[in-house]
Amino acid sequence: MLLEAPFTEEKIRRLKVGDIVEISGLLFTGRDAVHKYLHDGGKPPVDLKNSIIYHCGPVVVKEKGRWVVKAAGPTTSIREEPYQGDLMRRFKIRGVIGKGGMGPKTLAACREVGGCYFHAVGGAAQVLAERVVDVPNVHLMEEFGSPEAVWEFVVVRFPVVVTMDSHGGSLHKVVEDASQTRLSGLL
Amino acid sequence: MEAKVLRSQLLELIRRTSANLPPDVVRSIDKGWRREKKGSTAKYALGVVRDNIALARDKSLPLCQDTGTIICYAELPRTLSPKVFRREFEKAVVEATRIGYLRQNSVDSITGRNSGNNLGPGSPVVHIEDTEARNVTVRLMLKGGGCENVGAQYSLPNTALGAGRDLEGVRRCILDAIQQAQGKGCGPGILGVCVGGDRGTGYVASKEEFLRLLDDENPDPRLAALEKRIVKEANSLGIGPMGFGGATTLLGCKITHRNRLPASFFVSVSYMCWAFRRDGFVLSPKTGRVTRWLYKD
Repeated sequence: MLLEAPFTEEKIRRLKVGDIVEISGLLFTGRDAVHKYLHDGGKPPVDLKNSIIYHCGPVVVKEKGRWVVKAAGPTTSIREEPYQGDLMRRFKIRGVIGKGGMGPKTLAACREVGGCYFHAVGGAAQVLAERVVDVPNVHLMEEFGSPEAVWEFVVVRFPVVVTMDSHGGSLHKVVEDASQTRLSGLL
Repeated sequence: MEAKVLRSQLLELIRRTSANLPPDVVRSIDKGWRREKKGSTAKYALGVVRDNIALARDKSLPLCQDTGTIICYAELPRTLSPKVFRREFEKAVVEATRIGYLRQNSVDSITGRNSGNNLGPGSPVVHIEDTEARNVTVRLMLKGGGCENVGAQYSLPNTALGAGRDLEGVRRCILDAIQQAQGKGCGPGILGVCVGGDRGTGYVASKEEFLRLLDDENPDPRLAALEKRIVKEANSLGIGPMGFGGATTLLGCKITHRNRLPASFFVSVSYMCWAFRRDGFVLSPKTGRVTRWLYKD
């Protein structure tokens, strides 16, 4: 199914764990340094209301004066678990794209704020980079370096799977519990 | 061979490693894709993975944006000095970063500054061995951070796992590492395992196991049996690609061993993501030509 900007609470609440979704609109990249910076009270360089944050440290190069994305897959999200839920509440961030899933704090925030965790396929840097059609701007580049900067990505039909929804569902928890039961049988 | 010829060959090795997944890995991913159920998120994920492999190869761009820890293994003839090799390899890394085959991936651990060219203390990693051979053999591995973070080291005995100092204990540690990793290491994964050694050498040896072909057979029959058993049992856990659930959790497990102190018994487990980037070549130092690519069919 399709999810198009603006990313309103109403649209996000409709999504359920297991949905295969294609997102179109503006995304902001943000990973370790930015999450810590915002959590410590740093001023957001962009308006985060109704936004989707993409956990990604892309390879971007300047060609003929324009930014061109050479690779843009997701990075592991769980590192942002200490910060993500608070930031979602504070700025009304509606979605997080990453890989590996997140924990109970983020899941609670998804439920409260009306947010979703979207799982992109880790390592699929080329398939995902192809869906980034424009890079209008970059922020905090000087402070954090290219992979950690906040990049503005205009995406078209960016492919993800909903693995945590706004109703308390988490595919990660279901899979982990089931594999733990099977593992106990092997030990 | 002029230094700049060596450098340009090393640059080509970096490009190929970053953009082309080796054939043994591609075959294994295809096999997993065929095995997963139609319409499942597992099959969907492996489908995206397969598209990505083809796209990176065709566009000659990094398969994954995390171009990882750069680990180079070089066997040099006496005629090529390690100092010259290291210098030319580093120059090739800087050039590869400028072009975009590699991401700016080397961060000062104290200041947080990115060096911007992948050089810095301990970066890139270069293991050099001088040999009696006439040719230069270079293997390169790019290992992403996501999978590096889910590696694990166990000290046996381990009460929680019921793991003693034997191969059954080793099996329990490895399965635990897979369960802990879930989808966070970008599975389906490949494991490199070292039994024994100290904490440092154990991890180094576990990574060297990734230089083996996925479908080879361990010469030690006990370890060969354990490797097969681990793959089978891991795939019965239902973790699946990306942790979405499914039948393809592990593509391979490679186990080696090192002697240990009587007091220590470490099991070091390195996890490699599906974007298992490794390549290598044999180079004639006289002509500067590649005489053989090591992981080609």
